[in-house]
Amino acid sequence: MDAVIATALRFGDNAMVLGQRLGRWVSRSPTIELDVGFANQALDLIGQANLFYELAGRLEGKGRSADDLAFLRGADEYYNVQLVEQPNGDFAQTVMRQVLYAAYADIVFDFMAKGSNDDLAAIAAKGQKEMAYHFRHAGEWVIRLGDGTEESHARSQKALDFLWPWSHELFAYDAVDEKMVRQDVLPDAETIKKQWMESLGEVFERAGLIINEDGWQPGGGREGVHSEHLSYLLTEMQVLPRTYPGTQW
Amino acid sequence: MDSKQLEAFDSHVAGEGKVEPKDWMPDNYRQTLIRQISQHAHSEIIGMQPEGNWISRAPSLRRKMILLAKVQDEAGHGLYLYSAAETLGVSRGEMDQALLSGKAKYSSIFNYPTLTWADAVAIGWLVDGAAITNQIPLCRCSYGPYARAMVRVCKEEAFHQRQGFEGMMALAKGTSEQKAMAQGALDRWWWPSIAMFGPPDDDSPHSAQSMAWKIKRFSNDELRQKFIDMAVIQAQALGLEIPDPDLKLNEETGHWQTGPIDWDEFWAVVKGKGPCNRQRMTHRRKAHDEGAWVREAAMAFANKQQQKSEKAAA
Repeated sequence: MDAVIATALRFGDNAMVLGQRLGRWVSRSPTIELDVGFANQALDLIGQANLFYELAGRLEGKGRSADDLAFLRGADEYYNVQLVEQPNGDFAQTVMRQVLYAAYADIVFDFMAKGSNDDLAAIAAKGQKEMAYHFRHAGEWVIRLGDGTEESHARSQKALDFLWPWSHELFAYDAVDEKMVRQDVLPDAETIKKQWMESLGEVFERAGLIINEDGWQPGGGREGVHSEHLSYLLTEMQVLPRTYPGTQW
Repeated sequence: MDSKQLEAFDSHVAGEGKVEPKDWMPDNYRQTLIRQISQHAHSEIIGMQPEGNWISRAPSLRRKMILLAKVQDEAGHGLYLYSAAETLGVSRGEMDQALLSGKAKYSSIFNYPTLTWADAVAIGWLVDGAAITNQIPLCRCSYGPYARAMVRVCKEEAFHQRQGFEGMMALAKGTSEQKAMAQGALDRWWWPSIAMFGPPDDDSPHSAQSMAWKIKRFSNDELRQKFIDMAVIQAQALGLEIPDPDLKLNEETGHWQTGPIDWDEFWAVVKGKGPCNRQRMTHRRKAHDEGAWVREAAMAFANKQQQKSEKAAA
């Protein structure tokens, strides 16, 4: 697969899957204000997915629309990192997942927006502003929960311990990513990891949370290898287009 | 209560004057508004559920975004209306408790299920359509904060209604399966939508006083008729059939006449016996209960921050 198409699909899928996850909170959040916030962030992410998919479909030239790419690919053709498909869990787990991904996407999109590929740059420029906001919002909640009550602190530490292994995959570059680095589309893995750790380090310090490294580094999302969770998510999301093929909605 | 104050209030309102939070107002006026505005807010909050039910399964990216934005607006309306009610001296906590305990009511229409995608779309068309019919006159309500809130709410609801109609059109003009889905939704939502305007005028306990206070501008039956006349034409444009064998145009009045509304069903649903009353309340309480530790953490954090800044100032 062409490296630009692959990159567009990967970031489209990250956004699609995470947006689908966040949408689930709407009407179930701890406050109505958070219902508004989750709906808003889900909208940002699905909007990003839509743009990345349109680009991928156009470059691919097989006449696949953004909807075709979202609704008619199986889990093994989804290329998101496994972090974003991890379950919502409790509120602590959801905001922890959000802060881990948003910090990464903020940095990558910031680079991509100034990078050599104009199509990706245009999408990234919009996405960067959104992800910077998601990082700030989720980061504030991680701090609040980490430095809130005993219970909220314990839940936050548990969420971080649970999700941390999946964070490594964000920086597990393959040949496609390396090519994109050479073409000045993606920043190199070491650089973003360093920046990412700086952004998160400050949040975790203020939250009083500790990174417990246990050596487990699951991954493979870039090649279509996923946890069991993804096919359930897609089955639910794709039910109508799959049941009524070729139908316009 | 001072009778001179009451007289002045009545004549101020009769002359289309606005009442503002710090103005003197009769206690009944205040209580009526608290009841109405908080019920309206609760309806927005519970109303997120039947449509939210289809966010994860919306059939295209565009529809998913439209639905998310719509449900987000409803949450926003809820917040906006709670704030308007707070200006009357009731707290958000009290209103939340009234909803959770079952003491406060919300619009009964949300106790019906969204069984197919078309139901989620039909809510936009019919329920938002009915809501706007009800709410446009509220933009001229005598209570200033409520009237101003309704101006904004109505703009967004009108947008939702157009999107709902457009979504119905896509189904009605689609495959035979989609058209059947659309018809099924109309069959399910038609009667609850026209019942949404409340009991007929001769059986509406609060109406006369609300009219005198210019909280209400039109009677339930007048508003219902307005909505029916609009919805019948729209259903015709969609090529869908209104599930009422008695529906006919009254040549003399120019209005569409429906068959008898089943008020027994309406009251049964109001009193908790609708298909989803229990589900909606369980969902709301679960969200509230499961979020308790988050709200406590936020409070604890805010207190710590305040102590820190006081210490720094000292």
